[in-house]
Amino acid sequence: MVSTMQFGIFTVGDVTPDPTTGKTPSEQERIKAMVAIALKAEEVGLDVFATGEHHNPPFVPSSPTTMLGYIAARTERIILSTATTLITTNDPVKIAEDFAMLQHLADGRVDLMMGRGNTGPVYPWFGQDIRQGIPLAVEHYALLHRLWREDVVDWQGKFRTPLQSFTSTPRPLDGVPPFVWHGSIRSPEIAEQAAYYGDGFFANNIFWPKDHYIRLIELYRERFAHYGHGTAEQAIVGLGGQVFMRKNSQDAVREFRPYFDNAPVYGHGPSLEDFTEQTPLTVGSPQEVIDKTLTFRDSFGDYQRQLFLMDHAGLPLKTVLEQLDILGEEVVPVLRKEFAAGRPSQVPDGPTHRSLVAQRDAETGDQPPVPAGSPA
Amino acid sequence: MSPLNLVVVSAGLSQPSSTRLLADRLAEATRQRLAEDRPVEVRVVELRDLAVDIAKNLVTGFPSAALREALEAVTEADGVIAVTPIFTASYSGLFKSFFDVIDNTALVGKPVLVAATGGTARHSLALDHALRPLFVYLRAIVVPTAVYAASEDWGTGGDARTDGLPTRIARASEELSDLILRRPAAPKQVEAVVPFEQQLAALRP
Repeated sequence: MVSTMQFGIFTVGDVTPDPTTGKTPSEQERIKAMVAIALKAEEVGLDVFATGEHHNPPFVPSSPTTMLGYIAARTERIILSTATTLITTNDPVKIAEDFAMLQHLADGRVDLMMGRGNTGPVYPWFGQDIRQGIPLAVEHYALLHRLWREDVVDWQGKFRTPLQSFTSTPRPLDGVPPFVWHGSIRSPEIAEQAAYYGDGFFANNIFWPKDHYIRLIELYRERFAHYGHGTAEQAIVGLGGQVFMRKNSQDAVREFRPYFDNAPVYGHGPSLEDFTEQTPLTVGSPQEVIDKTLTFRDSFGDYQRQLFLMDHAGLPLKTVLEQLDILGEEVVPVLRKEFAAGRPSQVPDGPTHRSLVAQRDAETGDQPPVPAGSPA
Repeated sequence: MSPLNLVVVSAGLSQPSSTRLLADRLAEATRQRLAEDRPVEVRVVELRDLAVDIAKNLVTGFPSAALREALEAVTEADGVIAVTPIFTASYSGLFKSFFDVIDNTALVGKPVLVAATGGTARHSLALDHALRPLFVYLRAIVVPTAVYAASEDWGTGGDARTDGLPTRIARASEELSDLILRRPAAPKQVEAVVPFEQQLAALRP
């Protein structure tokens, strides 16, 4: 499919009581709801579904590739991704294997976003130390990067058992590893890491004010150019967003307020109005969502991927599916058109397996083979 | 010569408050002393006005515009006067929360004068047992004289064994001024990123 920018959704996978009914879904209901949401995302024409990874209640998605593999089997077109994959506490060898496997099964419709995770006890539960968060992210990713690009790896580091003559299988589809985004809320080190490798940088800007992210993304763009991957405007940027829509703004506000007020993370804190003013959260009409999302380009430059958080805080599945209908029918088509207008030709499209294969072939001067995997 | 920035953090809750009264006395004494050498600008941060913003920052992780401006003022100050009422044997929760949300490197090497007010002089050691360790943790340079004003201090002149409030204010302000004036001009903070090769190299076995 032809699209300069990718639009999708990301889910945290929280099991939260619906504050309006007091009903809490079972873990299975929530897991199945996440699948239904992913299928709906494809149905309404979105490009990306990304799941979080958590290892503590009230969150269910501890095993992202299991879920994404299942969704892959039931979808045709949508890119399956993560938000985020814990590069600190997972074994990079297992990440290399799991996601390469998924990449083959999904015919290349896979990428992933690295994150450090901010839940303190997860580190010791997985034998790590949160104070080493950045060094873990740096070392683990350096190893993962090699495992996907070198057939046989000898490796020794600080945090993991050394490897001699190790081959991670399966090898990446068509010899091209899944695209990697590096997610960060506040660390310039991670922007630097993404720039160094020429990977994508995803600023999960949904909780904090925009000036903060303007600085982070500028740093990433500048360092991306410094490392010779292209110009600053060619760096691969992704952004978060959070919306709730009804035809009339007032209805959206009235319906969403109890979910906002009781939401995990920011509930019982700032008012809906303050939060809407300070962060990308938009509660209102589809047109208001379009208007707010279009301002992201003014702040951060032309970018490649926009993910929305749609399904948290106990919103019932039915409501979320309605939201996805509105997003897919009324919002994203307009955003595609508006973002495409005036987009400089040198700004790259959102990365896909096919574009990465083409890029590799262009760089190595190979004749473009017919990719073994296909439509992505 | 660019003026020195003296920032006063006052955690008094009532209006008018004796905490603010003490803060102003300390600020004025310090300003006069500094003004002999350098122009001075005094900025007062009233935490009462920021109480709700501070609570929101605790739950969301980011400051409102007004709070961020106050945090930046303290971070960029040449010297800080921090004054709190003593509540339940220690600094007030509001005072602590402000220093909980400030970056933990914001006060490194910065001269800080600590002071407190309370209903009775029996709580005066809270300054040395609670406030001083707080600022030592933040790696500030806390001046030797901490000033405690009990209610009775506003109406007495000291005695043979204890200096009165004005004398303690003068001594503390002098100590703070000396530290500020002797402190080398801080290099402007640049947001430097550690080059990635260096981050990788640090991990080589």
